[in-house]
Amino acid sequence: MNRLELTGLTKNFGGITACRDISLTIPDGQIMGLIGPNGAGKTTIFNLITGVYQPTGGRIYYDGQVLSRLRPDQIVDRGVARTFQNIRLFRNLSVLDNVCIGADRHESYSLAAALVRLPYVVKKEVAIVERAMEYLAVVGLNDKAAIRADALPYGLQRKLELARALALKPKLLLLDEPAAGMNPEESMELAGLIRRVHGQYGLTILLIEHHMDVVMDLCEKVFVLNFGIKLAEGTAEEIQTNPDVLKAYLGEGYRRAGNKQDQC
Amino acid sequence: MAAYITGIIIFSLIAVIATVGLAIFTGFTGLFSLGHAAFFAIGAYTAGILTYFYDVNFFLALFAGGLMSGFVGLFIGVPTLKAKLRSDYFAIATLGFGEAVRVLLENLNITQGARGLPGITAATTLPVAFAVAALVIWIARNFVRSRHGRAAIAVREDFVAAEMMGINLFAVRLSSLVFSAVCCGVAGGLFAHYVCFIQPAMFTAYLSTQLTAGVVAGGMGSITGPVVAAIIFVAVPEALRVANIWRLVAYGLLLVLIMVFRPQGLFGYRELSWKSFRHIPDWLKAWRKSGNRRAKL
Repeated sequence: MNRLELTGLTKNFGGITACRDISLTIPDGQIMGLIGPNGAGKTTIFNLITGVYQPTGGRIYYDGQVLSRLRPDQIVDRGVARTFQNIRLFRNLSVLDNVCIGADRHESYSLAAALVRLPYVVKKEVAIVERAMEYLAVVGLNDKAAIRADALPYGLQRKLELARALALKPKLLLLDEPAAGMNPEESMELAGLIRRVHGQYGLTILLIEHHMDVVMDLCEKVFVLNFGIKLAEGTAEEIQTNPDVLKAYLGEGYRRAGNKQDQC
Repeated sequence: MAAYITGIIIFSLIAVIATVGLAIFTGFTGLFSLGHAAFFAIGAYTAGILTYFYDVNFFLALFAGGLMSGFVGLFIGVPTLKAKLRSDYFAIATLGFGEAVRVLLENLNITQGARGLPGITAATTLPVAFAVAALVIWIARNFVRSRHGRAAIAVREDFVAAEMMGINLFAVRLSSLVFSAVCCGVAGGLFAHYVCFIQPAMFTAYLSTQLTAGVVAGGMGSITGPVVAAIIFVAVPEALRVANIWRLVAYGLLLVLIMVFRPQGLFGYRELSWKSFRHIPDWLKAWRKSGNRRAKL
């Protein structure tokens, strides 16, 4: 079964076509990569899937159902969660509260009950905090729960964003450059974390990433975008040897660097 | 003299009720309003008219005033918030709304136009005002400490990320607007039954600005901050009455000073609690240290 299927997806901003006629399918339970140079339309595709933008043309199927015309919060309710390229945490809140806002979806109680703080509301609040602490433990931030989110170092902020997205209990997780700004060591550690949560929560993951080592390590299949159109798709090995891709994205330099490594 | 002091306390409590309501809207959802005097006026007139013309029970009238304000809040909130008006655009929309309500009050028969309603029964006593204020603060605190309060804060902090947390922006903004409208309406009802005379000229943009200033000066994202600010804003002009016309200058100066030295408001995102007082020695130490540093420079 396909978790996500895009057919002929197109988005225009005035005269500019951010992506044109994109079709791709993501089977349930897989990790897929989405790569391409800056401005290729990768984040636009995330924004289309999550309902931030409405597509100009084409369809988005999630679990076999059309997603278009739904509000972002309704799409989240269907089981889609995402992280952002430029980290978007609730900066003035504590690390714990950030994750609690995600966990709130699954320990729901009414506004009226909240206003008079019925005893069951207090119980639910305890459950929310417990749940949030679990997700913080998964990414290794449980000892930093009380710190303000913007006081965390950059790499940990990315992990917090991941924990916050996991707290929504998604089926499909969209990660927008999770390893941006990390050194090779940190990004490989993050790749390990992504692989772990993928197995632990039975997720389907679509990953935008510029760190090729992370993409090659994680993704069963990679889609390559360039100037808003799909250039190629295939396994990591196929992509690495595709001449179009090498020209457009990896560049001659990547091969040379790869060769050098082989010689060592 | 005792009556004078009681009067100031009651006015403070009324300001606290309205400001806490607005704090839930402006401080937690992050939308600025320059028209909340209209909700205050609607509450005052609804409650006033009910007791004045129809001899309705005071508490019932107070309740009806809050309800009416909430209903009008819904009426103004749906189109503006559905259109996703934000920041200055929303503020201007509320400014227009506030003036429109005032003009309406000046021209309706039931409100007796600019003559106002003289001789409303005096029913707002200190215990009543105190009880209502305590109730409103308690409810506001419960809201802030619930998932619904967190959702509102998330919307203020980053509405794109909030949407991606499955939060319905429209529902959160609308419900907090209605809550603030109800609080202002109840405060208006209390006001009408304390001063016993209301006229449209009492509910101008000046009152709206004062309410919003109370929230900003008290601290966006705090309940206790706006409570303290509301009390200060009522008490300080009274205490400065000896200074005659200069008191308004001093009042303005106070606002400027708060914004210069505490741009995050008196309390920032924090709440005042008994625990806060334990930190005072630390603050003093930090303050002295920074003083030393300045001296060295």
